[in-house]
Amino acid sequence: MAVGRQPARPVSEVKLLARPTWTRGLLSWLTTVDHKRLGILYILASFFFMGLASIEAFLIRLQLTRPGLSIVSPDVYNQLFTMHGVTMVFLAIMPLGIGFANYFMPLMIGARDLAFPRLNAFGFWVYFLGAILLYTSFFFGGAPDVGWFAYSPLTSLSNNPGTGTDYYMVGLFIGGIGTLVTGMNFIVTIINMRAPGMTLMRMPVFVWMILVTAFLIVFAFPPLTIALFQVIMDRSFGTLFYEPAGGGMAILWQHLFWIFGHPEVYIIVLPAFGAISEIIPTFSRKPLFGYPIVILSGIFIGFMGFAVWTHHMFTTGLGPVVNTAFALTTFVIGVPTGLKVFNWMATIWGGRVQFTTAMLFAISFLVTFTIGGITGIMLAMPPFDALVQDSYFVVAHFHYAMGGGALLSFLAATYYWFPKMTGKMLSETLGKWVFWLVAGGFYLIFFPQHFNGLAGMPRRIQTYPEGLGFEFWNVISTIGTFVMAVGILLLLYSVILAFARGEPAGNDPWDGRTLEWSISSPPPYYNFDEMPVVNDRDAFWAQKYPESVHAKPVEEEFEEHGIHIPGQSWYPVIMAGALFIGGYALIYNNWWLGILMFAVIVIGSYGWAFEGIGGHHIHPEEKEA
Amino acid sequence: MSQAAVEHAPEHYRSTSLPDPKLMMWIFLASDCMFFGTLIGTYLVYKNRSLEGPFPVDVLDIPITTVSSFVLLMSSFLMVLALHALRTDNIPRFRLWTFGVAFFGSVFLGFQVFEFSTFVKEGLTLQQNLFGTTFFTLTGTHGIHVTIGVLWMLSILITSYVRPMSSKDALYLEVAGLYWHFVDIVWIVIFTVIYLVEFV
Repeated sequence: MAVGRQPARPVSEVKLLARPTWTRGLLSWLTTVDHKRLGILYILASFFFMGLASIEAFLIRLQLTRPGLSIVSPDVYNQLFTMHGVTMVFLAIMPLGIGFANYFMPLMIGARDLAFPRLNAFGFWVYFLGAILLYTSFFFGGAPDVGWFAYSPLTSLSNNPGTGTDYYMVGLFIGGIGTLVTGMNFIVTIINMRAPGMTLMRMPVFVWMILVTAFLIVFAFPPLTIALFQVIMDRSFGTLFYEPAGGGMAILWQHLFWIFGHPEVYIIVLPAFGAISEIIPTFSRKPLFGYPIVILSGIFIGFMGFAVWTHHMFTTGLGPVVNTAFALTTFVIGVPTGLKVFNWMATIWGGRVQFTTAMLFAISFLVTFTIGGITGIMLAMPPFDALVQDSYFVVAHFHYAMGGGALLSFLAATYYWFPKMTGKMLSETLGKWVFWLVAGGFYLIFFPQHFNGLAGMPRRIQTYPEGLGFEFWNVISTIGTFVMAVGILLLLYSVILAFARGEPAGNDPWDGRTLEWSISSPPPYYNFDEMPVVNDRDAFWAQKYPESVHAKPVEEEFEEHGIHIPGQSWYPVIMAGALFIGGYALIYNNWWLGILMFAVIVIGSYGWAFEGIGGHHIHPEEKEA
Repeated sequence: MSQAAVEHAPEHYRSTSLPDPKLMMWIFLASDCMFFGTLIGTYLVYKNRSLEGPFPVDVLDIPITTVSSFVLLMSSFLMVLALHALRTDNIPRFRLWTFGVAFFGSVFLGFQVFEFSTFVKEGLTLQQNLFGTTFFTLTGTHGIHVTIGVLWMLSILITSYVRPMSSKDALYLEVAGLYWHFVDIVWIVIFTVIYLVEFV
């Protein structure tokens, strides 16, 4: 082995809990450390929370259909739009990207698993239980009702004595820990676990975008975590961070939140860019046009993502110099994004395009995201922003960017990767219906909101009076939700149908370019029989069509030692559970429970550390035995 | 299926020569920079904005904190010695220096407890003013980091009595060392920003 000699990790005999070995059933899922299973859990949880957020959105749209309706009270309405935003951003779309990354990133780089499999399981359970904690607020005195960015001083104890805000702070605090450790895990995996020959500039673009996303997570989540922590301190211990009476400044929260919040946009959308960069070349039968430019634009977006946050705060009165500076950086960040769009278009150009459902979603992403980008550039101008700030124009903009940018491309990814994950094809006929209903519904819902926003309709209002000209477009928008809902239900039906009697997918239904298509569908638990050797970009095409390879073949030497299967473990789920219960202790200031859970975490850390990664080795020739 | 015991696990293929745990620690520290950066930023934003006393100049005691800072810096020196001893398989020395790191860290924590209780006696609490709020949160977070470090060093020390340790285990001490040095460096920043700048 030439590169990267690493000693095997020592194993200890000290064990608190017997190492679980279930391979099927509920307990096997609770104790799994397999990146594919965790990826599936991430994707299922994301779609579950997306369903909840969609129900909330549905109620919001019903309420706004006509002027003066009172389907939900203003109080409930506040909870609905808050939870819709929080859920979509933190619990649905971001984990969906992480889920696809969890499943496919190791397969794409030819790795057996993530670098730290138990940490990966911990990340999932912490995210999931944090989300559950947030949602239990509905049963215990009402959900958060302070908007998804929870501006101070709305969140102070005197202004908001209920526990809803505590659930927001603690839920996101816990969930954020999960996202952070997963981000770190991704970075180590991508840097260290690439197959021989998989140089950085041969990595699939999806992996590259996950790498950039992981760095964004690592640098963007700490400011949010600290800001949440400060509000928790304010509410539980009477500190003065955001207490105007003690000199605390509300604007600090806005800064800390958006220093996180803008990179978060890219944390959501870069994995989507990555997925699109895999899907478009595959169905255009061409390599990606301008691969280095796509990568470098992604990295540049990652850097610039930290330099634009104040464009969320143009109307807070920071002054013309600050506004101008951040308007300029915002214009600049449009350039690499535009470059990517042109690269994708150039990839389609001259290709033998196959209009599969995945490709249709990918193309609709291009169109939708470009519209969202153009309204984004409009909003980047402070004078224009001052006019439409907090109006439905902004709502339309970020739904085009997030819904169009992330959701449509993740649906493309779902159609693209479902065969690999399940071994069954989704029906293409139904798929066309799903596509037109979802994309059509999306445009019906959100395109009219541009007009309403320009006409002056403010966001976060429970109702509006007659005669302001908002009526017509609100009706259209609500009709759109029904269309989109039918599309989503049809997708669900299509998934069930695929499991019941879907066509078998085979290893490589799309003539794919990347390594995940080189193994069976669904992949075996050990991933690759032999460590793949990568001779070119689009590694699997290079294997299938060697005449297209121009690079020098890899001559790196390495020995096959069999495949290491990491052992399952109880600790990730136990530690996550302790954080979950400890969260309630923090919300209700129940310090005895808090101390107990802290003790569980300390003991659990030692159990975790001394348990070691464990596991066993299997050898390719003996696997079938 | 043959299940070779993991004790005989072969070396794993890696694309770089940087071990996973070490790389992980570097990335964690990068992230931790942002944690402390946010806390220090908050402190600076709220500097001189307390509405009532005690103010920093009233309570901060430079000579005592200088001594505790020196102790913490010396613990980093012992950390280097401990790692060197383990790498050269000098286990008694390794145990001595590892204990020294934990001990010096504990002395630093003792100073911090003393400082906190003095401040509270002089009327500076978390709730008193913005200085109290930001000071205790920032230095408290640092103190928690030191506590974790002390526990970590003690755990390594105890492990060395439970199972034999040799230079092959140096990686794990090195990772702990990275953490320890980082916590030290953060303290240098905190000492400068909170204590020294106040008296310039």
